[in-house]
Amino acid sequence: MAHIDLQNELPGIRGLMAYSPDTAKLLNELAELLLRNDENTLSRGERELIATYVSFKNDCFFCQQVHGALAGHYLNFSVAEIDAIKTDPQAVIHSEKLTALLQIAAAVQKGGKQVQEQHIAAARQAGATDKEIHDTVLIAAAFCMYNRYVDGLATWAPADRQFYVDRAPSRAAEGYINTPLNTTK
Amino acid sequence: MPHISLPPSLPGIRSLAVYRPETGKYLYELVQLLLRGASPLSEADRELIATYVSYLNNCQFCYQSHAAAARCLYGNQEKLVDEVLKDPATASISPKLKTLLRIAGKVQQLGKEVLPEDIDAARKAGANDRDIHDTVLIAATFCMFNRYVDGLGTTTSEDVSDYITMGERMSTIGYVLPNQPL
Repeated sequence: MAHIDLQNELPGIRGLMAYSPDTAKLLNELAELLLRNDENTLSRGERELIATYVSFKNDCFFCQQVHGALAGHYLNFSVAEIDAIKTDPQAVIHSEKLTALLQIAAAVQKGGKQVQEQHIAAARQAGATDKEIHDTVLIAAAFCMYNRYVDGLATWAPADRQFYVDRAPSRAAEGYINTPLNTTK
Repeated sequence: MPHISLPPSLPGIRSLAVYRPETGKYLYELVQLLLRGASPLSEADRELIATYVSYLNNCQFCYQSHAAAARCLYGNQEKLVDEVLKDPATASISPKLKTLLRIAGKVQQLGKEVLPEDIDAARKAGANDRDIHDTVLIAATFCMFNRYVDGLGTTTSEDVSDYITMGERMSTIGYVLPNQPL
């Protein structure tokens, strides 16, 4: 049970968003821009994988299932493959750039100052641009927020992991702002 | 030195907002809403929560600027900002604010660190659902801002007077997306 009365039965961040629609609008717009906007040289799948990896490190069940299922949907990875990436990205992912960006994300998860020049140099050597490094850091930082919001208020999450996999195609098509909670569309 | 090419004339989050105004817009609107929008918590208390979390995250830019804003908003009670940074338990703040700062400190560690007894203590001290929600979301949001600012190695001023200027601006006009410098 959530720490506060959310006055709805929605799981995870959706319950919080229905409780607090003004903040929800901005949190959704930020997620849409960071994870789904196509004016980005990182694919939607790569960005969802960064979100998944950070959510795993933060031990946030709801977020890692939702975003892991989306990453799997975009990148054609099974649940088992997504799980393997969480513990050892290099074993599954063959893109040096993406694994270097995941290392940056892991450093951000520990703390901003944990990002060292060597992390940045490795990403650049693998072909990452300034904007890709920027977006990786901001996605990782943003999930340190979303994860804490979801778990800090003890929201509930469906335990069946297949639930998230089944929903991923429609979530991918709808995006983050075209939900009934949105007040502008 | 920043890890990426940022506008050299601006520090901290301001350089990032100018580098990528599309994300900057939402981030500034979010902090304006959380720290200046409708809430049962005063603007000063919300700045204090932001300051405390930024201090725990060791983000100099965020903690010094929000401490300066909190001092402005507390006016003649400005000394309690430094009391809280020294030890919230002995600071001259209300029992309710102490319990909320304890929740914020737990959120800074990890969401799951917030336990039912932390919530019960806040309720007994008079906190309602909205106080608790806003505290958790402000604390979580500063875990983002602090990582964003430090994770890209943004410029941080060592000059105390710079933060006084920032605090005055933040406490009067609030959070407005900076313009592209010439």
